[in-house]
Formats: sequence, structure tokens, C-alpha cells
Amino acid sequence: MTAPISILLQVNGERVDAHVLPRINLADFLREHLHLTGTHVGCEHGVCGACTVRVNGEIVRACLMLAVQAQGASVQTIEGLSDSGEIADLQEAFRNRNALQCGYCTPGMLMAAQDLLKQQLAPSRDEIRGHLSGNYCRCTGYHAIIDAIEATASARQRSPQ
Amino acid sequence: MIEAPAKHEGLSVLDRPNSYIGKTVPRPNLDRLMQGRGAYVSDMELPRMAHVVFLRSPHAHARIVNVDIEAARQMPGVVAVVTGKELADVITPWVGVLSHLKGLKSAPQHAIAIDRVCWQGEAVAAVVATSRALAEDAAEQVLVSYEELDAVTDMRTALDPETPVIHASLGDNLAFERVHNAGEVDQAFAASDEVVEADFVFGRHTGVTLEPRSVVADWNAAEARLTIYQGTQAPHMVQNIAALHLGLEEQQVRVVCKDVGGSFGIKVHIYADEMATYALSKLLRRPIKFVADRVESFNTDIHARDHRCKGKIGVKHDGTIIAFEIDDLTGIGPYSMYPRTSAIEANQVVNLVGGTYVTRNYRARARVVFQNKNVMCQYRAVGHPIACSVTEGLVDLAAMRIGMDPVDIRRRNLIADDAYPCSSPAGLKFERLSHHASLAKLLQMMDYGRLRAEQAELRKKGVYRGIGIASFIEVTNPSSAFYGVGGAKISSQDGVAVRLDAQGSVICQTSITEQGQGSESLTAQIVGSVLGVSMDRVRVILGDTDNTPYGGGTWASRGAGIGGEAALQAAKVLRKNILDVAAAILQSTPAELDIVESRIVNANDGALRIELKELSRIVYFRPDTLPPGIQPELMVTRHFVPREYPFAFTNGVQASWLEVDVDTGFIKLLRHWVVEDCGTIINPQLVDEQIRGGVVQGLGAALFEKCIYDERGQLTNANMADYLVPMSGEMPDIDVGHVVSPTAESELGAKGAGEAGTAGAAAAVANAVNDALKPFGAVITEIPITPQIVLAALGQI
Repeated sequence: MTAPISILLQVNGERVDAHVLPRINLADFLREHLHLTGTHVGCEHGVCGACTVRVNGEIVRACLMLAVQAQGASVQTIEGLSDSGEIADLQEAFRNRNALQCGYCTPGMLMAAQDLLKQQLAPSRDEIRGHLSGNYCRCTGYHAIIDAIEATASARQRSPQ
Repeated sequence: MIEAPAKHEGLSVLDRPNSYIGKTVPRPNLDRLMQGRGAYVSDMELPRMAHVVFLRSPHAHARIVNVDIEAARQMPGVVAVVTGKELADVITPWVGVLSHLKGLKSAPQHAIAIDRVCWQGEAVAAVVATSRALAEDAAEQVLVSYEELDAVTDMRTALDPETPVIHASLGDNLAFERVHNAGEVDQAFAASDEVVEADFVFGRHTGVTLEPRSVVADWNAAEARLTIYQGTQAPHMVQNIAALHLGLEEQQVRVVCKDVGGSFGIKVHIYADEMATYALSKLLRRPIKFVADRVESFNTDIHARDHRCKGKIGVKHDGTIIAFEIDDLTGIGPYSMYPRTSAIEANQVVNLVGGTYVTRNYRARARVVFQNKNVMCQYRAVGHPIACSVTEGLVDLAAMRIGMDPVDIRRRNLIADDAYPCSSPAGLKFERLSHHASLAKLLQMMDYGRLRAEQAELRKKGVYRGIGIASFIEVTNPSSAFYGVGGAKISSQDGVAVRLDAQGSVICQTSITEQGQGSESLTAQIVGSVLGVSMDRVRVILGDTDNTPYGGGTWASRGAGIGGEAALQAAKVLRKNILDVAAAILQSTPAELDIVESRIVNANDGALRIELKELSRIVYFRPDTLPPGIQPELMVTRHFVPREYPFAFTNGVQASWLEVDVDTGFIKLLRHWVVEDCGTIINPQLVDEQIRGGVVQGLGAALFEKCIYDERGQLTNANMADYLVPMSGEMPDIDVGHVVSPTAESELGAKGAGEAGTAGAAAAVANAVNDALKPFGAVITEIPITPQIVLAALGQI
């Protein structure tokens, strides 16, 4: 079980063929093999949310999933969501509200926020806070992040995408 | 906003048209971070880079009998396995003392332990391999035999004669002691109508930066030069220390610091494992990367607080406070940290207790003791949360005893807003503070009267809500009084170089650093405002000892006040130089010209005379067309350090509104308010967000965060699941207001704002909890206030 295994998956819409050790997790695979360093590693035990990525449309902690489990999957990282423009308005709201300081949690925050906004058109502040409970931020105190997500939700309601 | 009178007559450089000062503008370069395209050290890769993993002691205190590295050396991918003894040939040990902290002592600390380990987590061997995973595999094959020694874990017994002495050469476990006496304390207590005493307990906690400490050290043997890529708040300090202990000249060391995933004081120190990484690169002549994993972060990032402080307050029936006394004890682990030392926090506690109040009678003792636990040192708001919680806790207990409202007792005793300049009983000099204006604004923001009525109504229904108020002072803009006078090569001045480039854009190099506070933004705002160019034409370079002026960096709430003033002064001179050249080109005089929106215009009617871009073109490419004798200087460097006051004190007040579930002991934070006076506000949004972030770190300490050690010195919750930090669901919205009292020590007038939130948040929460529990007569003076502590105070468990 220690020999490399071949996997085939889509990452940000690109076909990726790779040989990976069975023990490598998805976060390390994205960072070390594909050099997609926007997926951050904060705790490596599924608590902090910095490594949040989207796998087949669902957000997951990339540190809790093995790369081999992504066989056949479609993975989207912060780089993909940025380049596609999917979260451009959310990023703009984060910028205007200074909803990030060091920025280390931000890719995961944006992933989780977009996940919420896809499920709920007009989440309350409490619902936003609840949905982000698995994403730690040590800089902002969360208030500005909640504001930015709330503002994005309102803007999207006014002009649906 | 309550505006203080302007100290500069007429229009200052900051009030120019299109000034960015006082305006909310987005920080430059946020897109990089939001798109996952930042440049954190943990992302870095260099050719031939190898990864180091440190094998760490499982014991709190043990003699190292033998380290067998042979099996590990044979493991796949291993480049080297290095012991402390081998590495000591490359890097010298250090002792974390400073001469102005009289009597402070510590023992020599090595990059990797040689004969003895003194805390669980101290490195005993370095394993270097081609990947982190392979290095971890090999580390499992290093065999260390230990002879376990008695561990000193309880600070309360650390000085007892029967307790083992951790460093025999020091004679005892006392690292530092400070005693302070002001006024007539005994007489004051004798004259008090009521004397209230309490024991305050503060949990050990840590910074939990989301990006762990990370360093890539790259020794280029051919250049005889070490480049250190590190997430640090103080690049020049790292340069000095690395050079000193590797036997290099400072110019042989370059420190580069790009994006940093959180710092909060955790990354202002130099850690043994970072020293080891520098040394390993030199030894192995290749780039070496060290990134702490989360368990290592908990076991080796500095911890903070961990104080037990006995407090005493004397008060008259009319609410006049006439004396404070404290006896503070703190345990700092086995070594005083390097190079800032671990005595600063206790020293700050002595400095700050009672500092908001009028009384001159103050007696204090602080003792700092060694223990076999992780090292402890300066973390955001050093000493402030201790001093504020003790002072404000005592004030509330006194108010409760004499039946006075917490607001009334503060109004009676806070130093009057017109009493400045003045000094505190601990000898601190206050230039100008605004306690009363701040309190008035806070009460208005929170609608204090309505909140009290609501509280009373709910109490009838068995809902227990509390209001807690805490006034505070904050040390900002430190001069060399902090470290320099004690012999530390930690600069208290900062420098900024500003130049107009060949297309009329501005390049600005500053010695302050960025960890998300907005250093780049405030620098660009100031330079753009003074010069008359838009912010998007100002590029700020920081975090590189080769490419910035020499300076302290960003810590102790100094970036805006010190680095900002240097930027202002540099930009003023560059502006003058530009206008001189423009006058020569235009056959005018500098006084008749101005720079607005990157154009030289007539000062009187604003008519365009020449674009900056065109001026640059002439200066750089056609200087032959300038009048004879003109040598334009379109690059200017200026430095700044405060000289008149050792520190620019700020002040503020916080309030917490919360609910205690008396059946479960859970506390729900409902709202938090802060009014803060940091002088001139460069960017209101950035200041507010510093305050909010700081508050939440204080709320973490108040309710959740604690490094839990067992009696053998084992850290039992060294992971993010068991060590609780504030999460979004538990945090309240935080309202921030300001009073503005600029410092006259700089033209900018800015003081610091980075630590104010952390300084007072826990005190406000603790006071609110005690207010909520008032009907039960329960008083809590320990943080974090866990449900267990609440239920114990209520006599339920």
C-alpha cells in the first residue's frame, strides 16, 4: 500500500493525471504536486477550514480527504473560483469591507461563504455565522466577514446572477 | 467623532485636497490574498530545498542520556540527522536578558537541546530530508534515551525551598522581580471605608496564528550569504540575531518577509527551531524549510499570560478610590525568550495597574518564575489584559461593596480629560488621554440606561444578563525605552524611502512590516496625500532587509505612529524636491506651484502646468535640458523615532452585554462596544478592524482559550479541536467609536490601535459575568470563564 497509485481527476476544469502516494492528502496534493498554494493548511486535522475546497460541488476539508479519493472527481480550488469569476462579487465585498487581514483563512472563508450563498438567498447574520463556524479567522473577529457576505447576499438578490 | 482641537494652525499637509487621511479606502493588494495567490513562506520552494523536522522531547524535564541517529540516517530521502551537539559548532547559544530589567536572569539556551530538555516540545534532534513526510518517517527512527527529572510546573511553589531548581547555575527559579511603591499605601488603606481583595487567575494561552511559524533559510556558500525567508514582524531584528549567533556580519544576512499568515506577537520573537534552521542551512549548504505543524505550534509558539495576581483596592463610601495594591506571579517556562525577554509582561502589569485612575497610592510586586513548560513571552497587548482585568475587576468589586453603579465610580475616579500632561503612580507619562469623553461616548452608543432597564426586566423572568465596563490605557509607539536601552538591537526608529519613478509613479520602501494590519495601505495613503498622487500610483515595498531602510518593524502598535510619520516626512521632502525641479523647468517658484492628482498645477488657480510623468521624463532622460546647477533628487529617505515620550499612551473603554445560563454555565455574548482614542485616524475602517480583531482575541482569553498542562508538565490540549478559539457563531457584533486626541510628538499625530481591543475585552466580559451573577452573590475572578467555573461559582458543582 505504499507504492504510488495513478489518479485521474479534474482540477479547476483541467485534466490532471498523477501518481500519488496513498498517504498524501488532497491539500498536500494540490499544494505540492499542482502548486495550487491558495489551499492553505492551518491545522491538518479538519478543524480550521483553511484548506476548504470544492469536490463535486460540495465543500470539503482537503486535509481530511486523501488524494486517491479524488479519483474521477471534479475539484475546484480558490484559484479556479477566482479565474472563473464565480465569486468576483464576493471578493469585491471582502475588499470593500476589509474582511481579511492576513488573508490566510480567506480562501477557505470565500469557499464556505459561496457555498452558503448558493444554498440560501438571504441568510440572516446568525445563519452566516453558523455556516462559517468551521472556518477559523484569528485576525478579523468575523464581524467584517459577516458584513461582506451579508452585503453580497443582498446585492445578488437585487440582481440575480 | 469628538474632535480634539487641531494642534497645527492652518492647513497641514494632511488636509490637502484629495487627502486620503481619515478616509476609508480599500487596502492595496488584497486581490492576491483573496485569489489564493499570496506568497506565504509555507508556500515557498527553492531549488535543492530540503525539509527539516524536529524530534521533540516528550518529557517536561529530562536528562538526555543518548541520541542514536544511525537508523534514521539510513531512511529514504534523508539528507542529514543533526544533534544539538553537532549544531552547537555552527550556532552559539543565547541568554534572554536585558540590562534595563534589573536582576533578570536566564540560562544559556541552545538551538537544539544538548544534555537536558526543559519542556515538552524542546527539540532534541533535527531530521532533514527531501520532503517533510520523509523527514517525519525518519524522525520516528531516532532513538533517544532520557532520564526523567522532576518537573517544576506549579508557579505557586516554584520558589519553595523543596522545589528543584531548574537551572542550578542561577541558584533559584526566580527570573525577575520588580517592586514598586508610590504614595502612602498603608495609610490610604487604613483611611479607606472599604478594602476589597481578590485573587485573579489568568489562563495560559497562545496566539494560534492560522499559518504556523515558517522559515526557509538559504545559505549560499559561494556568496557567503544567508537569505532567510520568514514570517516575522521584525526583519532587521532577525538579521541581527541570526548574524550574531552564526558568526556573520549583518550584511551577510538578508531577511525577506512576504505574506504572513497571522502574527499577533507570536512572530516577533526568534525561536530555537528557527535558529536551528538557519544553522542547518549553513551546515548543509542548501535551502532548508521549516514549517511548524499544529502540534508543534501549541508546544513551541510562545504562550502568554498565565498570571496569578492578588489585588487590593481601598475606597471611600463616596466612591473615591484611594489605593491599589497588587502581588503578581507569573511562570514563563524554562528560559526567558530571546531577544525580547519574558519579563516584559510582568513589568507591564506593574506599570499599568491603576493607570487610568487619579489615586497616587500604589504598591506592586511582580515575580517571574521558571517552570518546565513551554516558553512564555510577549503576545498582543502584553500585560494589558492582566492589568486591566485586575484594575477594573477591583473597581467593580469596590462599587458593588459600596452599592455604587460601575459607571459612577469610574466617572468619579478616572483622570480628568483636562489634567494632561500628567504621570501615573507607576511613573508613566501621559501626554493626553480622554477617559471621560470616551466613557460618555460609550454610554451613548450602548444606550446604558435602556440596557439597565432591560436587564432588570429580564431578571424578573429568570434571565440573567450582565453589563461589564472596562476602561484601559495602551502602550503604543514605543521609543528605545522598550528594548534599546536594555541593550537589545531592536530598532525603535523606522525609515521610509520615497522616490518618483520614470513614469511619475511613486515607489516607497518602508521598514515597517505587513501582517494584515494595513501597513501598506497607511503608507500609500500618507505618501499619496502628501505628494498629491493617487494611491494606485504608490507602490509600497516592505519586508526585505536588502531593500528597505533600517527599522523596527510592526509590533507594539508602532507601525502607523512611527512608520507613518517617517513616510510623511519623506514625502514632504520629496514634494519639495519635485516642486523645486518643476519651478526650474517652468521658470516659476515652488510657492506658486502645487501637486494635485499627479500633475503640477498653479497653486492659485489650479491650472495644469506640467504632468508629473513629463517632469520625470525630463529629470531621468533629458537632464541636459534643465538649467545649469540643478541636480534633482527624486528619492528621499527620512526616519522617525519618538523622543519626548517613551510611549504614546492611548486610552479607551469597552463594554460587554451578555447572558449567563445559570443552569448550564454557558455564556452568550450579545454585544460588545469599544470607544478608543488612537489620535489621528489614517483609515477608519482599518482602525476599526484592528479593534474588532483585538477584541475577539481578548474574548477568546475571557471564555475559551487555555493551554491545559497536567502536573507533569504535559500539554494536554495541543490541537485545534481541544484548544478552543473564538468561532464566528459565538462572537457578537462589535460596535466601535472614537475620540481623537492626536499626539503632538509627530506631525501625523497617530498613535497605535493594534492592541486596544485585546487590552480591555476580557475585563469587560468578566465584569459583565459578575454583574449577571449579582443576584446569586457569586463572583468570578478567573479566566477563561468556562461553564465549569460559572457553575462552581454558583455552588452547583
